[in-house]
Amino acid sequence: MPPIIEMRGITKRFGALTANDGIDFSIEPGEIHALLGENGAGKSTLMKILYGLYQPDAGEIRINGQPVRLTSPAEAIVSGIGFVSQHFALVPKFTVAENVVLGHEGSRTLHPTAMSTTVMETAASLRLLIDVNAIVGRLSVGEQQRVEILKALYRDCKVLIMDEPTAVLAPGDIAALFDILRVLQGRGMSVIIITHKLDEVFAISQRVTVLRLGKVVGEVRTQDSTPAALAQMMVGRQTVTVARNTDHRRQDAVKLDVRDLRLTDKRGGLRLRGLSLEVRGGEIVGVAGVAGNGQSELVSVLTGMAAPDSGSVTVGGAPLPFRDPKAVSRLKVARIPEDRLKGVIGDLSVQDNLMLESVEDFTRMGHLDRARIRANAEALIRAFQIKAAPTDLARTLSGGNIQKIILARSLGHAPEVVIAAQPTRGLDIGATEYVHQKLLEQKERGAAILLISEDLEEILLLSDRILVIYEGRIAGTFAAQDAQIDQIGALMTGAHPHA
Amino acid sequence: MLNLKIERGPAPLWLRPLIPVIAVVVTFALVSVLILWAGASPFDAVYQLLINPLTRTSARADILMMATPILLTGVAVAVAFVCGYYNIGAEGQLYAGAIFAAWVGVNAEGLPPVVAIGLMLIAGFLAGMLWALLPALLKSWLSVDEVVTTLLLNSVMLFIVSALLNGPWRDPVSGWPQSPTIALNAQFPVIIARSRVHLGFIVAVVVALAVWWMLARTRFGLELRAIGKNREAAQFLGIPVRRRVLAAALISGGIAGLAGVGEVGGIHYYLIGSLSPGFGYTGIIVATLGALTMPGVMLSALFLALINRGAISANRELDVPVYLSDVIQAALLLVTLAVLLLNRYRIRWGR
Ligand SMILES: Nc1ncnc2c1ncn2[C@@H]1O[C@H](COP(=O)(O)OP(=O)(O)OP(=O)(O)O)[C@@H](O)[C@H]1O
Ligand SMILES: [Mg+2]
Repeated sequence: MPPIIEMRGITKRFGALTANDGIDFSIEPGEIHALLGENGAGKSTLMKILYGLYQPDAGEIRINGQPVRLTSPAEAIVSGIGFVSQHFALVPKFTVAENVVLGHEGSRTLHPTAMSTTVMETAASLRLLIDVNAIVGRLSVGEQQRVEILKALYRDCKVLIMDEPTAVLAPGDIAALFDILRVLQGRGMSVIIITHKLDEVFAISQRVTVLRLGKVVGEVRTQDSTPAALAQMMVGRQTVTVARNTDHRRQDAVKLDVRDLRLTDKRGGLRLRGLSLEVRGGEIVGVAGVAGNGQSELVSVLTGMAAPDSGSVTVGGAPLPFRDPKAVSRLKVARIPEDRLKGVIGDLSVQDNLMLESVEDFTRMGHLDRARIRANAEALIRAFQIKAAPTDLARTLSGGNIQKIILARSLGHAPEVVIAAQPTRGLDIGATEYVHQKLLEQKERGAAILLISEDLEEILLLSDRILVIYEGRIAGTFAAQDAQIDQIGALMTGAHPHA
Repeated sequence: MLNLKIERGPAPLWLRPLIPVIAVVVTFALVSVLILWAGASPFDAVYQLLINPLTRTSARADILMMATPILLTGVAVAVAFVCGYYNIGAEGQLYAGAIFAAWVGVNAEGLPPVVAIGLMLIAGFLAGMLWALLPALLKSWLSVDEVVTTLLLNSVMLFIVSALLNGPWRDPVSGWPQSPTIALNAQFPVIIARSRVHLGFIVAVVVALAVWWMLARTRFGLELRAIGKNREAAQFLGIPVRRRVLAAALISGGIAGLAGVGEVGGIHYYLIGSLSPGFGYTGIIVATLGALTMPGVMLSALFLALINRGAISANRELDVPVYLSDVIQAALLLVTLAVLLLNRYRIRWGR
């Protein structure tokens, strides 16, 4: 059988940068194919070309052996290609069913009930759990992703591209996603999955293509390879050692004290129900939990974006004002938001993004000090190995490099407290490693670090203490030495281990 | 068979500077239908509209005079639009400025000209701000849509002007609905001999340059741009979004007010109901055509003034209605918006 998709000699340049450099890439029918590579290697670019979002400067694409020119997503969709991007393309105010059908209505008149029934059937046939009448803007990230998958399937795709689908998912949701992908595979569909997690590559894929600096450096059958071999291919050298937090003895004063937070959301749902926690200087406290148990709300309050109904937060003894991001960052609280797009302004330059949070330090009587701004950017770009020039627009950076802007900005200025929400989401192995090192450095410096992550492994690796969040409060605390994964897992899902 | 394909993706770099040119060409192609209908040759009309005014000194000066108010309203609109505040009320703010300027001017008897004119400018700026204040506050406190409120206040302002001119300010000498004439020492000096180009032109250029500098080089300007690009992220970064938008709205109103000052102090020397033939709305066209950048706004103000002046020539020489220039401006706005949209796509010839 010919490959269902064949990309030959694909080259794509952005100005002086060659994002894809003569790439050959092919997909067999019914296979799950992992696409691997460091941040900025060109994975998303290649997939956007396949989806008709970008036009290659050279090379050709064949589908079922036939040369095609995909000049728009509409054409790619007709050719049976579906794309779930790193950033979702959903209309927040529409229901799930409306989002799924949008652009593919079939007839001029819409019958709301018929519409939701067909969407529901599609979902059920794939064992996708989702309320088709829910408003998309109110769904969790994981649920929104399911809507995106549903959208692609509703359009009858044969090849589903998923750009870092697991980056936004909790472990349980990842397992569920993989189940869905296997169901699709069982029906003869092919899946291209981009991920930075090697264990996921081995869990789900049959073949792997590795990109480095825009070129293919290897294409192997997954079972013939090892994580170490893939990692080495990706970075082009022996892989880094894993940084791990081993010194749990330190006992400084409490720097971040959160007391009895309660928060009701706009719909009247209780999101935080008396949440308390404290973090000492030199300590990393990990908050583990299934997405949607109040993590986002906690982060919103601590980063100055939301006010709780009641409760208090103090930083080094000083009360933390609510809904005042400036005051929060003045208290030397470094903030890593869970959604990159809320932390970076895509249409401004990298250098502006790197200074806006402390703009007063770069201003003389209201006038911007260009030289200082540029110097600051150059220093941070070097220190955090951001692949960009200071004057590039932030939105032209790869996902991982956008995340590095946030890290550089927040960790670059000696913080007292670090609120790190999903800090390594979407980062490659090397960069993840790097972030972990930076967080450990902050611990060494004596900063208090609150790490909110859906990646349990990350939490186990870095934390001195582990808190489990469930339904808006802390359901259990473990010292790192005697953390039991199964106990943590049980608490995360609401079981009472002592009952 | 060849056909036209439109695909997403940014227009190629070489195309971008051509966008205004394309807009202009398409607009004139469209408008030439009307010109033919009015019984003139489109080529002659284009000559009269775009070339003829540039060949004569007096017409060139007229262009500068005509560019003065729309440069100011264009800058005013752009300042607000940059941070995502859609101020449609420059027309009303212009009249607010004109009222205060006329009042100061009428009562400026005996003051040195520098003081009189300075006071008029300050008063006009404050008046524009004042008239912009209510919608700005409603927006920042209650999130009331500024498009609606600023637009409605334009009509309210027209009533106020008409009430003033038919009541307390009716010219005691002629009895016309126009204010008394401002004092001689409050009248703007002419800056080009034998023309009607007045001090207001310099004010407009200085304001445009100041705003240019502000947007590019100051913290305030950067923050405004940040808010316009991504409000939520701007908030996260600690920018006081509401305060900044409020400030931008007021500055926008003030600059629009200056346009009114110029018309009273430099052209009419009194307040009348027909002071502005929609300069406030033309400002929206100027700002949009100029892509909200100051060099762009300056160029498009001059260009629209050229068309306005050209329409007078065309009317005289070819007997096409002067309203032609209004039609061209409106068409130009629509075409520009369409071309800007196309800017996000590529057009390809393919099989
Ligand atoms: N629209 C664009 N304009 C300019 N440069 C771009 C554009 N899109 C991507 N690039 C550049 O191309 C390179 C490859 O980017 P791409 O998004 O494909 O990386 P990636 O492999 O998906 O990385 P990540 O794992 O971080 O998502 C990067 O250096 C990026 O800055
Ligand atoms: Mg990517």
